[in-house]
Amino acid sequence: MDFSFTRQAAAFLIVCSCLCVSAEVSTPAGVTLLPPVQPENGPQSYPNAKKSNLPVFTINYSRIQIPFEITLWMLLASFAKVGFHVYHKITIWVPESCLLISIGLIVGGIMYSVHEEPPAVLSNSVFFLYILPPMVLESGYFMPTRPFFENIGTVFWFAVVGTLWNSIGIGISLFGICQIEAFGVQDINLQENLLFASIISAVDPVAVLTVFEDVSVNEQLYIVVFGECLFNDAVTVVLYNMFSFVAEMPVVEPVDVFLGMARFLVVGLGGMGFGILFGFVASFTTRFTSKVREIEPLFIFMYSYLAYLVAELFAISSIMAIVCCALTMKYYVEENVSQRSCTTIRHVVKMLSSISETVIFFFLGVVTITTEHEWNWGYLLFTLLFAFIWRSLGVLVLIPIINPFRTIPLNLKDQFGLAYGGLRGAISFALAFTLPESIVRKHLFVTATIAVILFTVFLQGISIRPLIELINVRRTNRKEDLINVEIHRRMMEHTMTGIEDICGQWTLHTFPDMILIRDSRPESGIVALYKKLELQNAMEILDSVSGDISSAPAIVSLHEEKKGSAKPMKKFLAKDLNNMHNILSKNMYSIRQRTVAYTNKHALPNESQNREILIRRHSSIRRSFRPGSFQSTVNDHEATSEVGYPLRLPQSNHPRCSTSGAVMPLHRLNTLNEFPSVEVLNEKSPSHSASQDSSLPDCHFSTNNNSSADDLRNEEGEEQRPLPPSPALVAEPRNNTHGNPLLRRPQWNQKK
Amino acid sequence: MGTLQSSAGHPLYTELSEKTGFSAEQIAVLHKRFKQLSHNEDILRRQHFDEIPDLSCNPIRSQITEAFFDKRNFSRSNEGKVNEIGFEEFLLVMSHFRPPSQSMTQEQRENVRREKLRFLFNMHDTDNDGTITLEEYRHVVEELLSRSGALEKETAKSIADAAMLEVASISVGHMEPDEFYEGITFEHFLKLLDGFEIESKMSIRFLNVDATTLCK
Repeated sequence: MDFSFTRQAAAFLIVCSCLCVSAEVSTPAGVTLLPPVQPENGPQSYPNAKKSNLPVFTINYSRIQIPFEITLWMLLASFAKVGFHVYHKITIWVPESCLLISIGLIVGGIMYSVHEEPPAVLSNSVFFLYILPPMVLESGYFMPTRPFFENIGTVFWFAVVGTLWNSIGIGISLFGICQIEAFGVQDINLQENLLFASIISAVDPVAVLTVFEDVSVNEQLYIVVFGECLFNDAVTVVLYNMFSFVAEMPVVEPVDVFLGMARFLVVGLGGMGFGILFGFVASFTTRFTSKVREIEPLFIFMYSYLAYLVAELFAISSIMAIVCCALTMKYYVEENVSQRSCTTIRHVVKMLSSISETVIFFFLGVVTITTEHEWNWGYLLFTLLFAFIWRSLGVLVLIPIINPFRTIPLNLKDQFGLAYGGLRGAISFALAFTLPESIVRKHLFVTATIAVILFTVFLQGISIRPLIELINVRRTNRKEDLINVEIHRRMMEHTMTGIEDICGQWTLHTFPDMILIRDSRPESGIVALYKKLELQNAMEILDSVSGDISSAPAIVSLHEEKKGSAKPMKKFLAKDLNNMHNILSKNMYSIRQRTVAYTNKHALPNESQNREILIRRHSSIRRSFRPGSFQSTVNDHEATSEVGYPLRLPQSNHPRCSTSGAVMPLHRLNTLNEFPSVEVLNEKSPSHSASQDSSLPDCHFSTNNNSSADDLRNEEGEEQRPLPPSPALVAEPRNNTHGNPLLRRPQWNQKK
Repeated sequence: MGTLQSSAGHPLYTELSEKTGFSAEQIAVLHKRFKQLSHNEDILRRQHFDEIPDLSCNPIRSQITEAFFDKRNFSRSNEGKVNEIGFEEFLLVMSHFRPPSQSMTQEQRENVRREKLRFLFNMHDTDNDGTITLEEYRHVVEELLSRSGALEKETAKSIADAAMLEVASISVGHMEPDEFYEGITFEHFLKLLDGFEIESKMSIRFLNVDATTLCK
């Protein structure tokens, strides 16, 4: 069944792709076909103009050519992406960038064979103004803030100094190579070499990050690579601009070098300043958008893009600007906008960046085949060699310098991961492709860049996963712990919260918060986070199709036979243990969650970890999420939330002062006021029963759940009788598993 | 910490500082909080803890409160419970939550770890016999999971049983069918939570506590 679906999907995709390709290849450019003019039978007299009938069917391709081709390209690339996931095994071993490039190569081959030119879409301005911003915005927006700020020193050190080290090192070594006559590249002077080196040193570890995430590599390494990629782009673009300016100058004087360094600082810091400024303005704007929810996402995008463009206007680092804007904006915006806008923003950012990346890699593949190459073995091989050597040297030298300043030093294995993970990608290609024509050896550079990209992406990208697993890089402890450890971890968290409450961890509003957050009503951290999680759960339920049916453990046998005695003698099956873990994870409480939201480059942040239910402070809120009346209650909740009781949605990474070093804005916990307002919520949802105790009401279910509801009810009847110690599942624990009120199954009835 | 009275030079504070390892500023802050909780008296009682609103929705509040009145947390050799504590005992209990400083030797870190784990252990072991029996463990798990109202006691019991089994299999290894696992001793507890980074999880940066602007 599965396999036939796979084949159907694959067949469909292939057909669509072929159609796309043939459409692109065969549509001639600029041809307008009109039906022939009806020939006159008699002699043509001049005053009688030719009588042309109304054309019934015309084709006017030139009008739509450009948007049409762009759309076809994007569609084709997206089909390719869909196609990869048809076979799961592929995506595990081969990073997506490789696959995209391969498809691009294939299409390029087809186009080459029919002597067609790829659309001249990728010009300098198009790349820098349209394609790059979404990619960078996505990186900035989904940056996990707390780990980032904890590692910010390392990130900047490695990004800035490391890139400089790489560029200058590679540039000078290549210049040295150029002096050797045998390679025939003596005409490349130092500036051009440096320019090329700065292009080459732009690291783009998209593939690496995916591998890291899959392998659950330790958080430090992940964040250093992530941050390095981001700021490395900024540094590279700055260097590129600097060197391309310099390359056109006939003579370089020392004062120019000094000016270059000063410019570097101006550019970097200016970018940050602009970004933060725009971030604040955006946050301030969202404070007032409660009436115009539909265009809230628009503000976010427009402000970020504006930050980017204004930075470009002043020729300062636009990447830094947009990243800082996103970082600043994110916290306040997610507090102010509605849940739906928040989701929309995230989805759109991911989508746009995905489009950009796909287009770039795809284009890379096509261009590889269709451009004229200038092939110079010596230069190419040495470029590859130096790129690798200098990166490794950079890691080996720079990291031990910064290690003493880190709380968790990066060991050798991490350093290997860092060095090996230096894949080149989209930015290098775009920068090379858009080199000004005044550079004589432009084609050589393009060829060399493409070669480096292909080499690193294919070889290093595919081999990094086995290598990482082989050398056993230190991983985050994401695998299932012992039950005991989970219990104790939760216990610890509760204890910590309790102690914090005893200590009086009052928190203050800082000045920015008071201005930028729309509803500064203070709220207990617990309740705020609880509400956010409940809402997220609600959303997930709406989205997911049939929920996950975690089967209950066969605990019954144990509990039956252990009446009165305290002899835990039975061994548990592994399956039971798994189920127990599921129960625990679904029913334990995590008050202030501090898990890192790792973000996969190609997927939205995984928030299913947020399924942990918080302390049900008011069971009335819980009751408001009965599954049957779901559609209306969610709307109700939304409505009440927007009208009388705006929800604040702190980030799940909201760090507490207790255990993190990062200083985040603080909120007053005014718990005494909390009670009445929640009563208000209760009253506003008229469909709820009024009881406040923990007894649970009956639910009515939406139609598609009726069958499962009925089944479960039948099983519930059974639970009254003692069950034989067989693997037959006890309905009771199963019900209990879904103590989560937002899951569809009836669980309310077991209270006796 | 500008307007606090006599923070640095207070002789009592220096003595306390040596005993508990807090700095003078932290002690001043905590003293403020103590006074507030105890309504400006010198002793804290259990009902003072019950007045803290946030604490009331914590599932293990009773254990946390008890921990403050548990003599074992004051010093190693004590046992039993008291009904009221003074500032010094308050500080002693809080000192379990100090973050380990950077400049500690490995041995000191180990000691800190033991202390924190000892605190946790004492929270479980309510009858002071040095082991966590199945009943005590069940009690804890029930408390932890009880708030949802969705888990039956039976399930909580079963989970506790599974956990005990786990401990047994880790600490004692293979057990004969007739053997009876008495309870988790402190050594087993240590072994169980070996990979657990308790030093970082169980620490509060006390200087960030700002008791000056509360609304109570």
